[in-house]
Amino acid sequence: MNINLTLIAQAISFAVFILFTVRFVWPPLMKAIEERQKQIADGLAAGEQGKQQLEASGKLATEELGKARARAAEIIAHAEKRGLQMIEEAKSSAKAEGERMIAGAKSEIQQEVSSAKETLREQVAALVVSGAEKILQREINAQAHAELLNQLKREL
Amino acid sequence: MAAGQEVTATSYIQHHLSFNAQPVGDGAFWTLHVDSLATGVILGVVATALMWWVVRGATAGVPNRRQAFVELLFGFVDDQVKGIFHGKRDFVAPAALTVFVWVLLMNAMDFLPVDIMAWILTNVFHQHEFRIVPTADVNTTFALSLSVFLLMIYFSIAVKGLGGWIHELFCAPFGSNPLLWPFNFLFNLVEYVSKPLSHSLRLYGNMYAGEIIFLLLWLWAATSLSGAFFGALLGVGWSIFHILIVVLQAYIFMMLTIVYISMAHETH
Repeated sequence: MNINLTLIAQAISFAVFILFTVRFVWPPLMKAIEERQKQIADGLAAGEQGKQQLEASGKLATEELGKARARAAEIIAHAEKRGLQMIEEAKSSAKAEGERMIAGAKSEIQQEVSSAKETLREQVAALVVSGAEKILQREINAQAHAELLNQLKREL
Repeated sequence: MAAGQEVTATSYIQHHLSFNAQPVGDGAFWTLHVDSLATGVILGVVATALMWWVVRGATAGVPNRRQAFVELLFGFVDDQVKGIFHGKRDFVAPAALTVFVWVLLMNAMDFLPVDIMAWILTNVFHQHEFRIVPTADVNTTFALSLSVFLLMIYFSIAVKGLGGWIHELFCAPFGSNPLLWPFNFLFNLVEYVSKPLSHSLRLYGNMYAGEIIFLLLWLWAATSLSGAFFGALLGVGWSIFHILIVVLQAYIFMMLTIVYISMAHETH
């Protein structure tokens, strides 16, 4: 256990090793390690961001889908309503047309009936006149009895 | 081992515990332990050069195994420093790394079988006395601890200023009352003396004791066949246990270095 010059020599070599490590060994590797840490952190952050974006776009897509569905339902409902309305309209117009046609036909029938009645009346009047002529065996003055005949016609 | 001389237990141990001391001047101080210095410098150069070589090709991308190993080491030391020292780690962390790696390697020299190393050194390098474990030399451990001590003083003054440091020497930890100044100073003096002393002697004592135990085991192994068997068996056990001691002592030395330097940064 004798202290001698070795101490100083070892201290000098120690100092040289420390300085060398401080100057040349430590900084490059630490720089590389820090750079890698930054890369990893960036990568993780990017991944996180991507995840968030995916989530957000998924939400947006769901929202849009819901909106589209609602719109489609609205359109369908509207179309159904419109169809029903059209059917109703067609029904009512057909009904009105039918009624109008029935009314026309009725009035025509009425006309026919009245004209047939008129004809019948005239024929009957002529028959009556001719019958009466035959009964009376003489000619009735048509002019003189026109009023009488007309009255007869009306009564028939 | 000196040829032709009978080997006794004392001479065996003495031989393995004598330094390769070369006088470089007059007086006991002017001697150089060439063995400690050479081993220490070679290990330090190998370690720093290896790390430098790996680090020069360092990439921020996927690291290869070499780089991953060095990164593991760096991360380990950096984490320790981060936990203790709160400030810019530009100097403290690499210094701690140097301490850890260098001390670890110097301690690990204890694993080399002493007699095989002695044979190689005698027959290849013609060195009869050569201690292979630099940390079992107080000069090395004191060189380290006194360097750390100087760093402590330097950082104390750099952080607090010369006035602040002197103020702290006299006014901490008991208070700034002038009556307490001598006690404060005495307390700080004891602290400043005990820090490098315990720092270096802990490492030295552990490594020296490890070396002695190995030598005793090999001494036993030389006595008989059963001695060789049990000596080898216990040698294996002690080697395995010594792996723990070697790493633990390097770790403790590094931790204390960080703690002392970080304490120097703190203001009371």
